[in-house]
Amino acid sequence: MANGNNKVDLKRRKFLLAATSVTGAIGASALALPFASSMLPSEKAKAAGAAVEFDVGSVGPGEIKTTEWRGQPVWILNRSKDMLKSLDVKNNNLSDPNLKVVSQQPTYCQNATRSIKSNVLVVVGICTHLGCSPSPKLEKKGDMGNEWEGGFFCPCHGSKFDLAGRVYKGSPAPTNLVVPPHKYLDDNIIIIGEDQEEKA
Amino acid sequence: MKKLILAICLLFSIHLSLGASDIQLLKAPVNLEDKQSLQRGARNFINYCLNCHSASYMRYNQLQLIGLSEETIKKDLLFTSDKIGNPMSISMGADDAKKWFGAAPPNLTVTARSRGEDWIYSYLRGFYRDTSREMGWNNSVYKNSAMPHILWELQGEQILDPKTYELVLQRPGKLSPKEYDQFIGDITNYMVFMAEPNQQKRKQIGYYVLAFLFLLLVLAINLKKEYWKNIK
Amino acid sequence: MANSKNNESTGLIGWIDERFPLSSFIKNHLTEYYAPKNFNFWYFFGALALFVFVMQILTGIFLTMHYKPDAAEAFASVEYIMRDVSFGWLIRYMHSTGASLFFVVIYLHMFRGLMYGSYKKPRELLWLFGVLIFLLLMAEAFFGYLLPWGQMSYWGAQVIVNLFTTIPFIGPDLAEWVRGDYLVSDATLNRFFAFHVIALPLALAGLIFGHLIALHEVGSNNPDGVEIKAFKDKKTGIPLDGIPFHPYYTVKDLIGLSVFLIVFASIIFFAPEMGGYFLEHNNFVPANPLVTPDHIAPVWYFTPYYSILRAVPPILNSQFPGVAAMGLSVLIFFFVPWLDKSPVRSIRYKGLLYKKWLTAFVLSFFVLGYLGTVPSNIWGQFSSAVPLLGNGDIATFVARIFTIIYFLFFILMPFYSKKDKTKTVPNRVTMP
Repeated sequence: MANGNNKVDLKRRKFLLAATSVTGAIGASALALPFASSMLPSEKAKAAGAAVEFDVGSVGPGEIKTTEWRGQPVWILNRSKDMLKSLDVKNNNLSDPNLKVVSQQPTYCQNATRSIKSNVLVVVGICTHLGCSPSPKLEKKGDMGNEWEGGFFCPCHGSKFDLAGRVYKGSPAPTNLVVPPHKYLDDNIIIIGEDQEEKA
Repeated sequence: MKKLILAICLLFSIHLSLGASDIQLLKAPVNLEDKQSLQRGARNFINYCLNCHSASYMRYNQLQLIGLSEETIKKDLLFTSDKIGNPMSISMGADDAKKWFGAAPPNLTVTARSRGEDWIYSYLRGFYRDTSREMGWNNSVYKNSAMPHILWELQGEQILDPKTYELVLQRPGKLSPKEYDQFIGDITNYMVFMAEPNQQKRKQIGYYVLAFLFLLLVLAINLKKEYWKNIK
Repeated sequence: MANSKNNESTGLIGWIDERFPLSSFIKNHLTEYYAPKNFNFWYFFGALALFVFVMQILTGIFLTMHYKPDAAEAFASVEYIMRDVSFGWLIRYMHSTGASLFFVVIYLHMFRGLMYGSYKKPRELLWLFGVLIFLLLMAEAFFGYLLPWGQMSYWGAQVIVNLFTTIPFIGPDLAEWVRGDYLVSDATLNRFFAFHVIALPLALAGLIFGHLIALHEVGSNNPDGVEIKAFKDKKTGIPLDGIPFHPYYTVKDLIGLSVFLIVFASIIFFAPEMGGYFLEHNNFVPANPLVTPDHIAPVWYFTPYYSILRAVPPILNSQFPGVAAMGLSVLIFFFVPWLDKSPVRSIRYKGLLYKKWLTAFVLSFFVLGYLGTVPSNIWGQFSSAVPLLGNGDIATFVARIFTIIYFLFFILMPFYSKKDKTKTVPNRVTMP
C-alpha cells in the first residue's frame, strides 16, 4: 500500500534512523553512568577509610602495636637491632627478597628494610594468600622451631613471613605483605593512608 | 474543556492566596551563587548554632563546594580531634538537651527544606523579650519556642508592642539592624545550601540533559515524519 | 505454536528459533502486530506507563542498595542517599518524581479508555487487568511512601491503617495485624518495605504482562472506536486500516517518550519537590509518633479519594460508610464495561449527554483532588442563618456535591448511555 507514492527517501530514512539510534544510545549510556557510580564507595565509606594518624614513639624497641585503617589491621613494629640484623642474613629462603612485586610497597619503601625509618615497619596485617590475619611470632625459635628468625605466621594455611613482611618460600602466600602508603608528619607521628611526597 | 481549565486555575489561585495569609514572613536574601555569603554563613552557623543543634547529615568536607579549602576547614572550622570527612554532629546528648530546654534542639541539616528559607530568616529576626517565659524570650514567628535568643548580644533586645503587635528594638546590640539582617541572611543562605549541597550541580546538569532531550525530540519528529509520509 | 513460516532456519537466529520462538514473537508483537493507523496523542500513555514502570524498578533497585528499612536509620539513610552516595540524589529524585508521574500517565491512560470506550466488548478483560494494575499501583505507592520515615510518611500510614479499624467487628484486630504493633513502628516499616520492593512489583509485572497479552489478543481500539479487523485485505489478511506496530508506532512513541522525558527531567533537575506536591515539606522532618503535623494531606494522587472519605458523614457514629465510599470510588471502575449500554464506543459518535457526564466526572475528580490537599475549613463556614447547612464547612458541602456527581457518573451510566443520541459510526477509521 505505502509504496504507491514512491516518495520514500531511503537515504534520509537511513540517516535519521542512524542519528536517532546513536543519540538514544548515547543518552542511555550517559544515564548508566550515575547508576554505576552510585555503587562506588560513598562519602561515608571514604570518611571511614580516611587516613589515620599514629604515634610511633609509643612503640618501644622490639614491640608491635596494631592500629586500624580502612577496617584492616595495620602493624607498627619497632624493630630492635637484633631484629634488623636478622633481615641482613642473605636469605635464599625468601620468595621475593628483592621486592620485584612492586605493588606490595610504595616506592619509598622499596628498600632492604621495607620502611621509611629503617627500624619502623608499617605493614597491613592481612595475609596475601586468602586474607587471614597472621600472628606475630617475633621471638626467635620458640614454638616455631629452631630455624625461626622471628616474623609472622598465618594460622589459616601456614604462610610464614620475616620481620619485614617478606614471604618465605614454600608458603601458600604468593607475595610479601602489603606496606600501606604512609608518611611522617614529624619525628614520631605517622599518617597511614597518605603518600610521602617524592624526594626531589 | 475551557471552562474546566478556568475553574481549576481559579481553585489554585484561591489556594495560593490563602496559603500566604498565615504569618507574614520576610523574604530571605538567598543567593547560592554568593560564595562569600555562604562562607560567612557557614562560619556563623558553626560558631553559633552547632553548639546545641547538630547537622549530622552534613559532612565538613562538603564545605569545599562553597569554596572553602581543605586547609581552611581543618584550621578554622574543625575541632582538632575531628576529621574533614566527619559529619557536623555535637556532643550534647538529646536527653540532656531536653532537660535543659524543654525540647531537644532539632537537627538542622534539612530544616531549610521543611520550614522554608523565609521562615528561618524571619524566625531568627523574630525574638523578643518575654519575662513570662522560662528562658526570658519569645518568638513572633514560632510562638513559645523553647529556644533562647542566643544572638541577642548581636541583635539587641526587641519587645513586642502590645498595641501594634510590631517588634521594636529597645536596646541595640553589637550589630546595627542592617548588619544583623546580613548576619542572619548569611546563616539562612548557608542553611539552604546545607539542606541540599548538590542543588547547584543538579541545575547545571539539568541544562545539558534538557538540551540533549530537545535534540532527541527533533530527531524523533523527523524520523516519524519520514516513516509516516505515506500513511494516509 | 511457532509457525514455520515465521521462523528463520539458518544462522544464530535460526539456532535460537529452533529452541525459542524469537522471530515469531517479534513478528506477532511488533513487526506484524497491526495497530489502527489513526492513533492520536492519547495513545502515548500506555507505552509511557510501561516505561515509567521499568524506570521505577531500575531506580528502586539502586535505592535498595543504600536504604535501611529500620525505624532508627531510615530517615538518615535517605539523607545518606541524597548526599553521600555518588549521584544518589539523582536516583532518588527519579524515583520520587517517577512515582507522581506514574499516576499522571495512568490517569491520562484511563481517561483515554473512558473517552474511546476501550473497555467495551471484547476488551472487558483488558480493562479489568488495567483496573487491577491501578489498584495495586495505589498500594505500591502507599507502601513506598512510608519508607522515607518522615512526618508525612508516618502520619499518612497511621491514618490509612486506622481506616481498617472502622470495619465492623474485625477492624481493630485487622489494623493491628497490618501494623504488627500497637502503633506504626519499626515492624510496620519492615513489612511495608517487603511489600514495596518485592511483593507488589512482582504482582504488577505479572498483571502488566496479562494486560499486554489481552491487548494483543483483541487488538487495540482507536479514537473512532471501529474494529479494524472487520475490513481486511483479501489476499494478505492484513487489516486495511492497520499498520505494523514496528516501525510506525515505535518511531511515533519515541516522540511521546521525548516529550515525556523533557517534562520528567525538568522536574527532576529544577523542581524535584514540585512545590511540596511531589515531596512534601513536612517529610523532611523525621517521624515522631508524639507530634502530629498541623495539616496532613495525602500525596496529590490520592486526594480525590481522600476527599470522598472526608465528605461522607459518619452514620450511627461509625466512620465506616466514608471508608466504604472511598473503597467503592476505586472499585467502581471494575464495572464500567457493563454499565455502558451505548451502541457506540468512541466519544466522537456519542451524544451530548455522555459528553456532559464525562466532563462532570472529570471536574469532580479535579475539585475533589484539590479539596483533598487543603483543610476542610478552607472556604469558611455557612452563616448560621442558612437552613440545614448552617455553621457547616463550605468546602465539605462542595465535596459532598462532587462526591455525588462522581458516583452518579457510574450509577446512572446504564440510563444516560442508552438514552443518548449517538451518531453513525463510519466503517473505516478517519485520519486526523
